[in-house]
Amino acid sequence: MTSTVEGSGPTAPTGPVSVRLRGIGKRFPGVIANDDIDIDVHRGTIHAIVGENGAGKSTLMKILYGVQPPDSGTIEIDGEQVRLSSPADAIRHGVGMVFQHFMLADNLTVLENVVLGAEKLHGIGGAARAEIARISAAYGLDIHPDTLVEDLGVGARQRVEILKVLYRGARIVILDEPTAVLVPQEVEELFANLQGLKREGLSVIFISHKLDEVLSVADEITVIRRGTTVRTVSPSEVTARQLAELMVGSELPSPSTETSTVTDQVLLSVRDLTLPVPSGRPLLDAVSFDIHRGEVLGIAGVEGNGQAELVESIMGMRPAATGTVSLDGQDIGGLSVRRRREAGIGYVPEDRHRHGLLLDAPLWENRILGHQTRSPSVKGPLIDKAGARSDTQRIIEQYDVRTPGADVLARALSGGNQQKLIVGREMSGDPVLLIAAHPTRGVDVGAQAAIWDHIKAARREGLAVLLISADLDELIGLSDRIEVILRGRLVGTFDPAHVTPEQLGSAMTGAGDDTEVSA
Amino acid sequence: MTPRMTKLLLGLSAPVLALVAAFAITSLVLLIAGDPVGGVWGEILSVPEGRNIANIVNSASVLYLSGIAVAIGFRMNLFNIGVDGQYRVAAFTAAVVAGEAWLPGYLNTVLAIVCAMAVGALWAGIAGVLRATRGVSEVISTIMLNFIATSLVAFLLRKAAVREEGSNNIGTKEIPEGSRIPSFSFGDGPGQEIYGFVVIAVLVGVLYWFLLGSTRFGFDLRATGRSTTAAVASGISVTKMVVAAMLLSGAVAGLVGMPLLFGESYTYGSTFQSGLGFAGIAIALLGRNHPVGVAIGALLFAFLNEQSNPLQILVGVSPDIVAITQGVIVLTVVVSYELVRRYGVRLEQQSVARALESERAQREEVTA
Ligand SMILES: Nc1ncnc2c1ncn2[C@@H]1O[C@H](COP(=O)(O)OP(=O)(O)OP(=O)(O)O)[C@@H](O)[C@H]1O
Ligand SMILES: [Mg+2]
Repeated sequence: MTSTVEGSGPTAPTGPVSVRLRGIGKRFPGVIANDDIDIDVHRGTIHAIVGENGAGKSTLMKILYGVQPPDSGTIEIDGEQVRLSSPADAIRHGVGMVFQHFMLADNLTVLENVVLGAEKLHGIGGAARAEIARISAAYGLDIHPDTLVEDLGVGARQRVEILKVLYRGARIVILDEPTAVLVPQEVEELFANLQGLKREGLSVIFISHKLDEVLSVADEITVIRRGTTVRTVSPSEVTARQLAELMVGSELPSPSTETSTVTDQVLLSVRDLTLPVPSGRPLLDAVSFDIHRGEVLGIAGVEGNGQAELVESIMGMRPAATGTVSLDGQDIGGLSVRRRREAGIGYVPEDRHRHGLLLDAPLWENRILGHQTRSPSVKGPLIDKAGARSDTQRIIEQYDVRTPGADVLARALSGGNQQKLIVGREMSGDPVLLIAAHPTRGVDVGAQAAIWDHIKAARREGLAVLLISADLDELIGLSDRIEVILRGRLVGTFDPAHVTPEQLGSAMTGAGDDTEVSA
Repeated sequence: MTPRMTKLLLGLSAPVLALVAAFAITSLVLLIAGDPVGGVWGEILSVPEGRNIANIVNSASVLYLSGIAVAIGFRMNLFNIGVDGQYRVAAFTAAVVAGEAWLPGYLNTVLAIVCAMAVGALWAGIAGVLRATRGVSEVISTIMLNFIATSLVAFLLRKAAVREEGSNNIGTKEIPEGSRIPSFSFGDGPGQEIYGFVVIAVLVGVLYWFLLGSTRFGFDLRATGRSTTAAVASGISVTKMVVAAMLLSGAVAGLVGMPLLFGESYTYGSTFQSGLGFAGIAIALLGRNHPVGVAIGALLFAFLNEQSNPLQILVGVSPDIVAITQGVIVLTVVVSYELVRRYGVRLEQQSVARALESERAQREEVTA
């Protein structure tokens, strides 16, 4: 495969190169994650990296951040060839990275979180506070050193992560899928911040599967396919569609519109679901709704407004919840998680690493997880290894999970491929209700369309879906009805056929309300 | 070399590496202390005689049960430090029950063993329930329960005991002849007898392997050990699993004293072997909680113990030196498993690279 770096498009930046990657290669057992990657990132630009799930983006960024060494190739930073053997090394050379999973201590303040591990720079007192205030003002991050991190919303936490990186003197900031957890307003704020970094002459490298975003914010876009750089383009030369085709190497399937399949048979009925906390306002406050067979109910909301609690209460993971939940006319409030799953509830959890997978177990064992009492994974009290293996193979094929096989550890899959495996697993065994929290988070455009098709097909057969998503296009495109959740309460119902993302966005933030949004 | 062979060799090289390192470190200790290095190893690594082999197998069966008891907890990230206390209350109970001989012959034996398992399970279960309902760390509670077990058994022994004739030791009533588990001999030399209970120890290993690898219960147990949060989301009741795992671990711990009780001492007295629970922790670590690995670990520890016995008399070195070797093995084994794992990953990557190269070469031939 030949790789070309086309840095000479009409509007291509011509400033000095701050990061030059040449011939980067990285292999894992059975997989070539990176193979001969060439990228130039110019100073003072935002450089996006796009590619299918498993294309090797995260691997490449981990190499640049010193988390893993490359097998081959060279890294140059500001013209000087470097060897980065640890993140500390990378930071010394001005490279900082914000991971998708935030690494902040909730019960510490912003100041404490930022200085943690960097006490030598500006101490832990007044000087550090002043430096944080300075950075915050210089880049418009709007962060106050003394707030507790647990009081911050997702967007603000991400800004703290960025601040942490800047505080350590980063001139090159890597963001791995930063927008996956954000609602549109927060995305805009983030992009404004990134522009601020750019103005100050910093370089930003960011990974995203949302091609519209990429086109709107990036100065250059590098497409990676199966571990190799395909092309570097400028956003003015391509459309999202062309970009997607570059990623996949073929044309994308066009998503089809669907007619409603909603029946009048109530499948899930939730009444006055409340999740009290010992002190303060309840996490869920008298939530009531119905979902019919063949209906998708979308829940819109800024992260942290009770979505996770709602899902976990319906699954039976929150024993403190009060109110009634009935499935197909039967009260399931007293049932254990296992009984509820056996009754036909599929569950795609919000945090795939914490709740969805056994990272150190092979894929076929992960296929059994959550289905320990049902075929094809068990026979009576025994595990049916052959059955689980072959069904895993089915999921791998149907959901296009990129893996050398079913015996690979879940940890070795890329984020998006882990997600596909989970969705495939939860859709097996013909569930009657699917509770899906961000089912396509971290999944590339092609796979996203495929997952939607699977959900739509099941819906035609009568599947009821409770869909939680930060992606408003997904909510509007998939739902038959949308409820907005704000501070643990359902505050408005919308018809997806007539609502705009802007209207949803303002309902989600409680616009017109003068209190702070999202805790 | 076939990939299978490579895998096998890699698997073997980790423990071998650990052993070599442990021997080196022990030699260093001997050197510094000015003891005869050659003499010590000559003695320890000499070929054991028939009688010694019997002793090694017998004591390995005991260590094996202890190792498996600990391993059951380890598979769920539970540190059952209390095997020591559990097997002692259990052995005492079994000795009393069997000594009383309420039932005839082997019925008596079976009853006593069942009682031992029940008591061991109960003793460990206390820690399990505390952990599940109150969040008390099982490390702390099992250590405390060890102390209580020691005192409790000493106290009860005085009540239940009869004085052994012609000695100051006290012990429970002797188990009647008909309820003892016969040994089988494998040679005509003196003491070449192996406990009948060894068969049961092997059976326990097979059951452990089957339960963990092939049953739903085992799957739930391992899943909980790997990720509690994912286990909860998958419908596993973690509190129930904690209690179940502790009960199971305790039940196996209850068996630890049985080979000795029914095969050798026939009574529980103040001289009944102690410290077997702690050896189990080291052996489970060494054997990586694998039924065969634990067996090898148990045999190794038993071998070292047995071969070091005459050190004092023959070369004037305290047999405690093998305790150092055993401790060091546990450390080196952890390191060497990691080293070998990394080496294996590198090998695999190289083979991927080679496959890639040849593929490329072929492609070029086609295009050329
Ligand atoms: N630690 C690992 N061990 C084995 N294979 C790995 C490991 N990490 C990544 N891989 C493999 O390397 C390839 C690239 O993974 P990577 O995480 O870089 O993909 P990605 O482009 O970030 O995908 P995504 O969009 O899904 O996040 C994948 O095939 C993955 O399975
Ligand atoms: Mg990734």
